[in-house]
Amino acid sequence: MKKVDIVIIGGGPAGLAAALGAKDAGIENIIILEREQYLGGILNQCIHNGFGLHVFKEELTGPEYAARYEERVKQAKIPYLLNTMVLDITRDKKVMAVNRDGLLEIKAEAVILAMGCRERPRGAINIPGRRPVGIYAAGTAQKFVNIDGFVPGKEVVVLGSGDIGLIMARRMTFEGAAVKAVVELMPYSGGLKRNIVQCLDDFGIPLKLSHTVTQIKGGERLTGVTIARVDENLKPIPGTEEDISCDTLLLSVGLIPDNELSRNAGIALSNITGGPVVDESLQTSVEGIFACGNTLHVHDLVDFVSAESEQAGKNAAEYVRGKRPRPDGGITLSTKGGVRYAVPASIDPGNVSDKIDIRFRVSNVFKNRYVAVYFDDTRLKRHRRLILTPGEMETLTLTKAEFEKYPDARSITIALEE
Amino acid sequence: MEITCIACPLGCAIKVTLEGGKVVDIQGATCKRGEEYAKLECLSPKRMVTSTVTLIGSPLRRLPIKTEHPIPKSKVMDVARALLGVEINAPVSIGDIVAENICDTGVNMVATRHALAISTKNEAIN
Repeated sequence: MKKVDIVIIGGGPAGLAAALGAKDAGIENIIILEREQYLGGILNQCIHNGFGLHVFKEELTGPEYAARYEERVKQAKIPYLLNTMVLDITRDKKVMAVNRDGLLEIKAEAVILAMGCRERPRGAINIPGRRPVGIYAAGTAQKFVNIDGFVPGKEVVVLGSGDIGLIMARRMTFEGAAVKAVVELMPYSGGLKRNIVQCLDDFGIPLKLSHTVTQIKGGERLTGVTIARVDENLKPIPGTEEDISCDTLLLSVGLIPDNELSRNAGIALSNITGGPVVDESLQTSVEGIFACGNTLHVHDLVDFVSAESEQAGKNAAEYVRGKRPRPDGGITLSTKGGVRYAVPASIDPGNVSDKIDIRFRVSNVFKNRYVAVYFDDTRLKRHRRLILTPGEMETLTLTKAEFEKYPDARSITIALEE
Repeated sequence: MEITCIACPLGCAIKVTLEGGKVVDIQGATCKRGEEYAKLECLSPKRMVTSTVTLIGSPLRRLPIKTEHPIPKSKVMDVARALLGVEINAPVSIGDIVAENICDTGVNMVATRHALAISTKNEAIN
């Protein structure tokens, strides 16, 4: 059995940054396991620009951002295996993988989970009707068009207005398809304003807010969908139905952290984020197993994935060298008043070197609110925000000095206040 | 002209009044960045175009590309159409020019991914 200090599951943006973080912190014996035939993960199919403004201070496309990290990993001589699929991870950090050479067993001192996320499929949203050809998750269609070179249809309806759906509306338009509408259940879009303007408005594609698909039509191939307006309880309103003919329906209805391997290893998962419950070191409920990137919680900016994952790599390195003791409890982090979740779930101030970033999301669109931080019942600070939306991840930083002000704190709460 | 601001999630509806090709009034912006964006978007709206072209002789089928700089918004669909059916031979490196002066915009389309040639396929996938 091969022995390594740190094994990293996944060679996408999270895995690459985690590897670099671990290497920078002085760990040499690392291996990245990637199931695709190239590094870079989902970035390779995200050919649009807008990546890297925080990390590289310039706007790159997805493949360019991936190439920069790939280059750094190669320069750092960090070993990686492509076409290698991890089958199992155990609590004592044995990793079993398979590739063309057969089975591979690795015993690691630490494991970093960087598997990314998956798309919610049709089955998760219960659209009634037939099951014809022509219904795809938007990211799957993105792979067809940008990697495989197949355009999945000529007349398109997109359900869900997350960024992938918006980007694909423009992408299909460029490939000569007619995009008839983007249909969004909620009264607001989960996508960036920039994408609504540049992917829909620029091409006159209607965005139908508070609408959903109520019927799928067709035999072998999709021939159309029925859409309807929804009420405040998100139920279709009878009499508002409208038929749209199309041969393709793209679903952009959310992403789910990929955690089959984590579940098998007995790692505790959050039922809000779908990712592992982690402490301040991004360590999961199983000692020595860390998580970062979209496996941990779904991000909207890759720059934040890189930053978080580099930190996970550093933390794992310190853990391997015995310099990062597993916390005994720590301060519990909870949320209320419109804050849907925060990562991490607990913080041991002893493991915070100078500051720690807390990432969170809100549950609705809020205007003119304060983001407040409480240590037990005492408000430490609050910042006014003009707008907060569910589609944009928020960051809040706590400093070592702030923790030192409240040495006996048992809980930290993040809340929105008027 | 009505502009939806993209500077932040507020998405302010900004009304820009033009007279003789000059901005004389801006209403509805809640910040300086928004005013600047609205002005630019009215006078000379520009966009980056990203797409893919067919790649010949590489283990990759498609080569992602982009305009080197933003181009006038009015030319975006012309560029998209001009790229349909374009084929490029591997090997290609990031930054290589795929199409010069696309649609007379004065802007080149460049590769955004490295693509090795098929003879080095094993190297590419190992």
